Amino acid sequence: MTRNQKIALWVLVGGPIAAFSLWAMVDNLRLYFVTLLNGLTLGSLYFIVASGFTLVFGLMRNVNLAHGSLYLLGGYIGYVVAGKTGSWVLAIAAGFAVSALAGILMQVLILRRMQGQDLRQTMVTIGLSIVVADLLIWIFTAQVHQIEAPEWLQGPIRGLPIINAYSAYRLSLLAMGIVIGVALWLLLNRTRVGMMIRAGVDDRGMLAASGVNVNLVFAITFALGAGLAGLGGVIGAVELSMVPGEDTRLLLASLIVVIVGGMGSVVGAAIGATILGLAETYGLAYAPTYSVVFTFIILILVLAFRPRGIMGKAA
Amino acid sequence: MSASQWRKAMNSGATGAVRPLPAPAPSAPGTPRAAAPRAASMPDPYAGSSSPRWLQAIQRTIAAHHIVVAVALLVLPFVASPFLTFQVAAQSLALGLVALSLTFLGGYGGMVSLAQMTVAGIAGYTVAILGTSGTSLSLGWPWWVVIPFALAIATVCSALIGWLSVRTEGIYTIMITLAMGVAFYYLALQNYTVFNGFQGFQRVYPPTVFGIDWRSPVPFYFLALALSVGGYMFVKYLVRAPFGIALQGIRDNPRRMNSLGYAVTAHRVAAYAVSGFIAAVGGVLLVWYNGLIVPGSVGTSWLINILVIAVLGGMKHPIGPFLGAFIFVLLQTFAIDLIERERFNLVIGGAFLAIVLFSPDGLLGLWARLKARLQRPRGVSSSVR
Repeated sequence: MTRNQKIALWVLVGGPIAAFSLWAMVDNLRLYFVTLLNGLTLGSLYFIVASGFTLVFGLMRNVNLAHGSLYLLGGYIGYVVAGKTGSWVLAIAAGFAVSALAGILMQVLILRRMQGQDLRQTMVTIGLSIVVADLLIWIFTAQVHQIEAPEWLQGPIRGLPIINAYSAYRLSLLAMGIVIGVALWLLLNRTRVGMMIRAGVDDRGMLAASGVNVNLVFAITFALGAGLAGLGGVIGAVELSMVPGEDTRLLLASLIVVIVGGMGSVVGAAIGATILGLAETYGLAYAPTYSVVFTFIILILVLAFRPRGIMGKAA
Repeated sequence: MSASQWRKAMNSGATGAVRPLPAPAPSAPGTPRAAAPRAASMPDPYAGSSSPRWLQAIQRTIAAHHIVVAVALLVLPFVASPFLTFQVAAQSLALGLVALSLTFLGGYGGMVSLAQMTVAGIAGYTVAILGTSGTSLSLGWPWWVVIPFALAIATVCSALIGWLSVRTEGIYTIMITLAMGVAFYYLALQNYTVFNGFQGFQRVYPPTVFGIDWRSPVPFYFLALALSVGGYMFVKYLVRAPFGIALQGIRDNPRRMNSLGYAVTAHRVAAYAVSGFIAAVGGVLLVWYNGLIVPGSVGTSWLINILVIAVLGGMKHPIGPFLGAFIFVLLQTFAIDLIERERFNLVIGGAFLAIVLFSPDGLLGLWARLKARLQRPRGVSSSVR
């Protein structure tokens, strides 16, 4: 891309956004910033869920379409644990642990036996998602469940500039997203396991040849990815509540995030999640009927100009 | 190139060398691409050296099968109850047509799209919007204008979906088509000016033509049967035509086809268009069968159900989707007697899982394996494996 093309791209993409922002700020400053925060916090939740998805995909070329089910599973486990113990932190830990365990089981018992058969693995995860979704409906019925936010995060934070008050929990979502993002970055870039995972993303065969137990790395990554989905489930269960169908919604969000951001890239997932979160909330706030269309247009634009996503590399 | 791609290329290269080019019996290895490593050693090693006599014998038995099935299908509506004719048989045929489009795309083109029900739904919505329904949003055009419009729009949409998704490779296709399918679902759900939102369109019935009410069970069954047989023949013909052969070549090794001078992307998009047309026909049938179209008809569960149906029957042969649809509808209709209505998904999900885990080629693959085992004592396909 030449310099001129880059400038043209910035003007083409940034121009309309800047114009819209200016108009929206003049029109209603508070609404604009509240929507911005809403978008960022939603994007943060999407990032937590989708980063696991993209990790698993990047390493194993495995489109885990049961990711949404793992999200919902984590949410329900969190709900049960929170109800029993009353501790929100325990609920998060349990959601992470149980989903991670489910992920390991999936990887070791089923997916490992069909290594390299991408399509078959994907179809197995589809079958699993159907079964798990139905089992969850069976156990928890189709009613809406919600986890209470911990006391120290309940209620709004007051005295903020421009927007006055904003839900403390939602704000903490943003912080959690950033913390998890930084933790993932540290894990991937500063530890031995992270090094192995990155090497595996680039070239599995070479990694195995250099004496690393690839199966173990796969299991760890899958556990991490599934656990992040479960953790997202508990966090999301406070904000979005749990009903059957949420699994598909989050799965779709994860799909779009990794398609837009580039598969296998955590940074890409962060960018994609932010874009998706902002597009959804701004769409809902300013053009409720067509909010989905915005998402769709973004998807098409990215696919048309960068088929492998914003941060994607050729496989 | 990643390790898996390399392996895949090696496999398809190896099988390509073993297999005679025009591939007589559809022994096609690795129909679901993923099954490559094991399926690669599966094709009948005697297919190439088959004597004409042996081939004729096979053809004779197949013809006998065909006749038996054809007679059964023709007699069915006169012996079975209207419920069986309409709810089970006609619905299976309509669903089978939509799944057939996926079999064509996935089995012969190597592109598993989850948006086939979306394409069918676009056709259904077009019929409802342009034609007559219980909603004032419908324009009320006559059926002979509406149907070509519906088929054309759906075909174009399918080509567009294809154009977007073939830009990316293999496994990405499933994600992108799923994303687009769900996006259409939400569009239909949220838009009230065109798609009438959650309510959708009720009372969308087939027209009365030639004095026949096509909604009553027997005529509708024959309509569905005629269209299904047409679709089946069409696919059977197409996969033997130069276009179909080229498509299968692209499935097995796009790089090689590209260097042979074939326009890979164009062939793929064309395959999407063709499958979109088949799906559209099925979609029109489905909307007439249900008498309504709502966002739920193009929801995620139905997108996936089409895949379930195609995989259940087997993606290696155009009869697979109809078989799969029949089993699916039977389960859907009669599983309630055994279990609670809500647990249907568990049954179908479990069946799907079992098929994918133990017989990637579906029921047809199971049948083929069974036949091979029965034939072994006669010494037809021994020695190997």
